[in-house]
Amino acid sequence: MPRREAVALGVAALLLVVALPICNALPTSSPLHLSDFRLNLFGKFLAYAILALGLDLLWGYAGVLSLGHGVFFGLGAYAMGMHLMLEIGAKSVYQSALPDFMVWNQVKELPLFWRPFYSGAFTLAAIVLVPGLFALAFGFLAFRSRIRGVYFSIITQALALSAWLVFNRNEMRLGGTNGLADFKTIFGFSLNQASTQRGLYAVTALVLVVAYLVCRWITNSRAGKVLVAIRDSETRVLFSGYSPARYKLFVFVVSAVLAGVAGALYAPQVGIITPAKLGVLPSIEMVVWVAAGGRGTLVGAALGAFGVNWMQSWLTTSYPDLWLLFLGGLFMGVVLFFPDGLVGALARTATRMMRLTRSASSTATPTESARSREAPRTGHPRPEPVSRTPLQ
Amino acid sequence: MTSTGSIIYLEDVTVSYDGFKALSRLNFYMDRRELRVVIGPNGAGKTTLLDVISGRAKPEHGRVIFGDHTDLLPLRENDIAGLGIGRKFQTPSVFVNLSVWDNVELSLKRASKGVFATLLERDAGGERERIAATLATVGLADKAARPAGALSHGEKQWLEIGMVIAQDPELLLVDEPVAGMTDEETSRTGELLESIAADRSVLVIEHDMEFVRQIARKVTVLHQGTVLCEGPVDQVQNDPRVLEVYIGRRREGTNAHG
Amino acid sequence: MTRSLLLLSLLVTWLAGVPASHAQSPEALKALADLAADNAEKREAAVNVLGGTRDPKWLELLAALRDGNVYARTQGKALEVVVGGTKSTKGDAELIDIASAYTRTALGTVPVASLTEIAADRRLRIAIKPFLDADETRAQLASADPERRRGAALKLGHQADASAAVVVEAAIAKESVDRVRETLQQAQALIRLAHGQAADRILAAQSLGNLHSFDAMPALQGLAADPGASRAERDAATHAIRQIERWSLLVRTVETLFQGASLASILLLMALGLAIVFGLMGVINMAHGELMALGAYSTFVVQNVFRARWPEAFDAYFVVALPVSFVVAAVVGVILERGVIRRLYGRPLETLLLTWGASLIIQQGLRLWFGAANVDVSSPSWLSGGFALMNGLTLPVNRLFIIALAAASVGGMYGLLFRTGAGLRIRAVTQNRAMSACLGVRAGWVDATTFALGAGLAGLAGCALTQIGNVGPSLGQNYIVDSFMVVVTGGVGKLAGTILAAAGIGGLNKGIEPALGAVFAKVAILVMVILFLQRRPAGLFATRGRSAEA
Repeated sequence: MPRREAVALGVAALLLVVALPICNALPTSSPLHLSDFRLNLFGKFLAYAILALGLDLLWGYAGVLSLGHGVFFGLGAYAMGMHLMLEIGAKSVYQSALPDFMVWNQVKELPLFWRPFYSGAFTLAAIVLVPGLFALAFGFLAFRSRIRGVYFSIITQALALSAWLVFNRNEMRLGGTNGLADFKTIFGFSLNQASTQRGLYAVTALVLVVAYLVCRWITNSRAGKVLVAIRDSETRVLFSGYSPARYKLFVFVVSAVLAGVAGALYAPQVGIITPAKLGVLPSIEMVVWVAAGGRGTLVGAALGAFGVNWMQSWLTTSYPDLWLLFLGGLFMGVVLFFPDGLVGALARTATRMMRLTRSASSTATPTESARSREAPRTGHPRPEPVSRTPLQ
Repeated sequence: MTSTGSIIYLEDVTVSYDGFKALSRLNFYMDRRELRVVIGPNGAGKTTLLDVISGRAKPEHGRVIFGDHTDLLPLRENDIAGLGIGRKFQTPSVFVNLSVWDNVELSLKRASKGVFATLLERDAGGERERIAATLATVGLADKAARPAGALSHGEKQWLEIGMVIAQDPELLLVDEPVAGMTDEETSRTGELLESIAADRSVLVIEHDMEFVRQIARKVTVLHQGTVLCEGPVDQVQNDPRVLEVYIGRRREGTNAHG
Repeated sequence: MTRSLLLLSLLVTWLAGVPASHAQSPEALKALADLAADNAEKREAAVNVLGGTRDPKWLELLAALRDGNVYARTQGKALEVVVGGTKSTKGDAELIDIASAYTRTALGTVPVASLTEIAADRRLRIAIKPFLDADETRAQLASADPERRRGAALKLGHQADASAAVVVEAAIAKESVDRVRETLQQAQALIRLAHGQAADRILAAQSLGNLHSFDAMPALQGLAADPGASRAERDAATHAIRQIERWSLLVRTVETLFQGASLASILLLMALGLAIVFGLMGVINMAHGELMALGAYSTFVVQNVFRARWPEAFDAYFVVALPVSFVVAAVVGVILERGVIRRLYGRPLETLLLTWGASLIIQQGLRLWFGAANVDVSSPSWLSGGFALMNGLTLPVNRLFIIALAAASVGGMYGLLFRTGAGLRIRAVTQNRAMSACLGVRAGWVDATTFALGAGLAGLAGCALTQIGNVGPSLGQNYIVDSFMVVVTGGVGKLAGTILAAAGIGGLNKGIEPALGAVFAKVAILVMVILFLQRRPAGLFATRGRSAEA
């Protein structure tokens, strides 16, 4: 990683992981004070940013557009939620060892698949393994048979719809439409306490930094170049001796795990997880975070997740009718006018400014060729070849 | 094995698409270090021949043997590429968002091209030299840092040839390398192919007869999915059957279309 | 007492001026007098006797009794039962018009105080009810509407009242509509089964078996298990049950097939436009669902206009709504295509996101304009009701209409693409854009036409959906994923693929729904589609060969 990027990353990490929680801990009178509400909101956004990193790895680099990442997010969130439900124990409304919704549904005994979630260690493993293994199975089938492009997108969208339908069913014993909620404690710490929320925020921020480093490591490796190569020409990659299916599967699993971890961090901070978070609309919204921030640039994806969601939390409280119009406009605007997102647009403006100042200072020739190989790529992919097949 | 000296050996191969037989009981073989040109009218099955060898098309029946005794039929495209069969496509196919250098780097022959190998592996010994040498061969050394998308059409063709060379294949499959090239580019491409053929086998599909005469020693004529005739350029060009196929067919076509 | 009653009856007969009929039999007249008795059991028995005559005039009296309009008065030594009419007041006295019990001859106006009301308590009302109901049923049997006649026949069969046998028999003789006659025969057989002799019951069971009468199942099962019945009777019942069960299996199969065909035709209607746009232009149109919603709302608007302006021609609104919804959706489609999608040709993923954005805007626009709640679209009368295909199976007309519409759309598409100049140009641009342009085909115009066509089909689908489902802003979202599954499974090569995929997915879905439930059936379909794509990654009808992946 180039030095400048490392410094920037370090500063951002310090700000997110250390400075913001400290601001939150300051007395209310302090001008730097950050309210509990705000910090909690940021925590949620940062969880989304973790997911966006993974989605960007998949779409921005390998060119695989998944419209079903809400499912992996949901799997992680439900895994965490199940543990939190069990932690409530007999402190619930019905004073039963069973979660409340099971009492309503006249479930007499804890279903077998719930039992391991008593264990915190198992839960942590499940958060990674359940979305990971599910993605492995789904991706294996999809990529092995070379389902790609819009076909893959549509299949993943159907996955999101199916998962939403299934999680809504009461007989899944996952709380039905109401999902899992009313968590009391996490690993023994009360979720009502500001210090617990602060800790959760700090963990989320830390995980985000680690996730970024992992993604950066992948994109900087030769495997990262193979991913970009797959986006450009899958056939050439295949005939160069690489198996695009394996690479896509790998990056699909990585992004699913990141989504699951994001979900697990989301659930305790927001206090509820419902099937509505893993349906078709939330899944495709995740894509627009990445698109708006700048796909193919990890920073852009994280910024996009943060920015779009901030916008959402502001608009949905102030002008609830406008949010969907804005979201639709964002989809269209980004695709039409900012194909490489906010970061790409900024980078282009910066380049233009530099060129302007340079040509002002000297009459040098355009220096486009002097692009460093190591420079982060902000270019959006060129038009993908589409086979227009005749209708017979 | 029947063919001790052959690099590729196809026996009784049939491929059909929706009932149309692209290859029909084709028998074909090539010696090591041979430069072979395959010609034939449109639809004769030339590209399908390359598809079969490189694993893209799976024949209904027949055998495809690489080298002494490697059966290619059960293998996937990337495995076949790993064995040492490189393929250059008709339309240039390069990674436009990667630099010219990276394009060649990804193509280099290596022990493993699996996900975890490429994640962990760093620059192996002598890699930079090999990339530089390849770029010099195809005349793109000064454009190594450019994104491949910024190259001209001819340069992309050469880059792709360079990428295939970097795979260090024993057998090179080249599909119409000079389509859309200027005369000068064409003759340079011819020299390039001849130099490559010095130490490996090259199978070229071409339409441009002038180019064929420039590079070819032995020519195979395909017609309706089978080998019509085979031999030195001059001999093939004067073969009545070849004339029949090329000119006769044209006459029929004219009649048919009034 | 008896004497006086006889006297009374004679008097009444004389007053009424009609010859004595069986209706005014001594039993009836005795019962009439008993109505005024203090004894509740006696009164109930009297109701039964009067009702049992099935004489409309006595039944009218029972109706008056139920409504509290029957009085008793003392005429000399005898007690007379009269029916009260209009009440009036004169000074302090309350007066009432009275009429005789049977013939309703006016008996003048008397003070209410001179009469004793015969109160119809609960017990009496309960006793009266079946007679009045039976009477109503008989009236329905004479109705001009065959459906009402059939309803009455069903009811009679259900009641299996021995006394109705005569009526039913008479109705069978008169009946001209086959379906109604069959129902009447069923009623007759049920009555015989319940009340006849052993031989009658055997015949009745055979007749019910031949009629495939589902309604007779409980009675037949009862007979089959009745230890008191003879062996022949039980055998006849068992045989009839088997006959009916076999028929039932056939009906279920046909029903499932029809439901499958119905779902398939809906999927096909939705997927057709998608498949054309995807197949011809390589564009995944995520706003297709919202174009459908636009079609549905257009139908809603047309309906409202008709209701306000031409209520007498309301049934015709749907005929107008079909082309209107096509045009509205097509116009919006063209705006989308010319406005934005055009800039992104050859980039399917970007187009997908772009059209998704458009879909959100259209959806929210509809929500702001028409409100978030579902709107009400009424069916024209010619689309409601059912078509009775066979005994036990009635097919809803609206579903039949959608199947016909889907078939017509497919036919129209084939005709347009393969029989017209515009279709030829569309196919030309699809196969080779540059060459078509060289030959003077305006590719842009062709793109716009194709997209308009696809969008218009979506509008048509939306219009059709108003007849079977809710119309709301998120109408499109509910269907879009399913229609994409059809397109993916069908492949982009041929329309035939879309048709087959719609049929397959629709049929499978309805086939496994009974076993798995709607939700898990859908999940199972997804799994099957994924497994299917293992074998054919590009769908049923992909264009194979070297051109496919070049």
